[in-house]
Amino acid sequence: MAEPILTLSGVKADIEQYHILHGVDLVVPRGELTVLLGRNGAGKSTSLRTIMGLTNLTGGSITYQGQDISRWPTPKIARAGIAFVPESMGIFGLLTVRENLVLAAVSGPMDEARLQWIFDLFPPLKKFWDKPAGTLSGGQKQMLAIARAVIEPRDLLLVDEPTKGLAPAIINDLADAFEQLKEQQVSILLVEQNFNFSRRLGQSVAVMNDGAVVHSGTMAELSENEELQQELLGLGLGAHQ
Amino acid sequence: MNKETTAMPMSDPIQEAPRQRRSPRVWLSDFQENQAHLFLLAAMLILSLAVIDFGTWLVLTISGIAMGGMLFLMASGMTLTFGLMSVLNLAHGAFISLGAFAGGTVLAFWLDGFAGAPGLMSNLVAIIPALLFAAFVAGIVGLVFEKLVIKPVYGDHLKQILVTVGGSIILMQLIEVIWGPNEIPVTRPESLSGALMLPESLPVIGGIVLEKFRLLAVVLGLAIYAAMLWVIDRTRIGILIRAGVESREMVEIQGYRIHLLFLGVFIAGSALAGLGGVMWGMYKEILTPHMGDEMMISVIVVIILGGLGSIRGCFYGALLVGLINLYIGFVEPRLAAVATVGLMVGVLMWRPQGLIPVIKV
Repeated sequence: MAEPILTLSGVKADIEQYHILHGVDLVVPRGELTVLLGRNGAGKSTSLRTIMGLTNLTGGSITYQGQDISRWPTPKIARAGIAFVPESMGIFGLLTVRENLVLAAVSGPMDEARLQWIFDLFPPLKKFWDKPAGTLSGGQKQMLAIARAVIEPRDLLLVDEPTKGLAPAIINDLADAFEQLKEQQVSILLVEQNFNFSRRLGQSVAVMNDGAVVHSGTMAELSENEELQQELLGLGLGAHQ
Repeated sequence: MNKETTAMPMSDPIQEAPRQRRSPRVWLSDFQENQAHLFLLAAMLILSLAVIDFGTWLVLTISGIAMGGMLFLMASGMTLTFGLMSVLNLAHGAFISLGAFAGGTVLAFWLDGFAGAPGLMSNLVAIIPALLFAAFVAGIVGLVFEKLVIKPVYGDHLKQILVTVGGSIILMQLIEVIWGPNEIPVTRPESLSGALMLPESLPVIGGIVLEKFRLLAVVLGLAIYAAMLWVIDRTRIGILIRAGVESREMVEIQGYRIHLLFLGVFIAGSALAGLGGVMWGMYKEILTPHMGDEMMISVIVVIILGGLGSIRGCFYGALLVGLINLYIGFVEPRLAAVATVGLMVGVLMWRPQGLIPVIKV
């Protein structure tokens, strides 16, 4: 396994009065795509939000590129090179596609070559360049959300359920985009419910249950071991087939 | 079978509806629905023209726009602070008073020689510093006020109401401490007092008398509106402000410190209130510590009418309030105050989120 870019050790976090994370231990290897699996309510989204400093961290530590970022404010974490695509996508609907991307390029004007690469990945963004992002379809919004995260080179992407509610054809487009990001050696932590999508992309995998990581290893190991899948994910009962 | 490979026939969600020829009636209801602010403005101008003769109507309209320009200056800061951070600053009126006193001091005491001298150039030597000083003082006090009073009560409207009303009382008392409890008369600079008569030779509008000061208010209001629109529409700061109105959290996730942005907007909003205040002071020609507070009802009507957080809405709201005040005030003076609130009630029943909504409340 490659050296870790991000390490969570014993992370505990609350949302209002509820304890959601009960000591999460997670390692995200540099330059790999790590999938975080688990049932609804297992704490996957909360883990991502906690990395971004958006929940109330009550214990443990988060180390990113050798620095303890557990108490950093969200903007500082973002500027350190972590991009986050939340489950809701967080598109600014009243802003145009262009304006959404202008804001995402925090360090200045957008790089032309990079923008062209994004247009090749997601042609609809070029087509609707000056349209309010709120008028895009769900899949196009997801494309914009991911484009925002990669408009500048980032070291780590946190992506929360990008395939949720999307048509199969668009899911394939997204998978292609992630393949290209993998080739560029971007480290990615992907939360997913869609096991086939995860199996296609993931190199390493962690499975959460009830606010803690209960299994971590390589994706190859998990996708070959149906017994393990059934034990961890309740798969094999046709749920994800 | 694999889930991803089951392709479904998809309809194109962005296909446009076939264009139909639109009857005038359809066009009107479209206009009413999509351009509610322009529809209401047009309706008000046309209806008032039907009951008031043209010469009087023109004077009232320009006065109404002047009033609207001043109201816009006073209200724009409040709508932005509410839109961006959902902070209800009821001390906004105190910043209007503060601007009026700061600017009035320049006009009546420090540069009174220039203000009283005949000639536009020497008057401008007093007016421009007065405007800048009013904005500066209100902006600086805004900075301190945000740090001391607003910041501790983010996200709690009830506390904001209590704390900002308290802050407002303190600010107005401080004005009395500094400037004394008596009203201070401020005469308008020489070249702004009096009126301008359009030449008799002009058809229709010949012989109409327009107060000079109101023309300045119109020009200043439009200029500030144009400048704000440029900032909001064209600059990165403007995009950030609009994004912040939609989602503060996402702005932070992108790596921007929303609080710094808000502080800047609060300072700018306070400065604009100060600018509106000094204009209002010159209009009234008398300064009282409560003059800003007395404007708060109109200011609140304007920002609710326009749609909280919307600069465009605030501008049209201010014009509508200014105009209806003058029109109704002319037809039946006792109903002028009722008309302002009546307008708000009417608009809210029609469009509960205001004329140009930008946030859901």
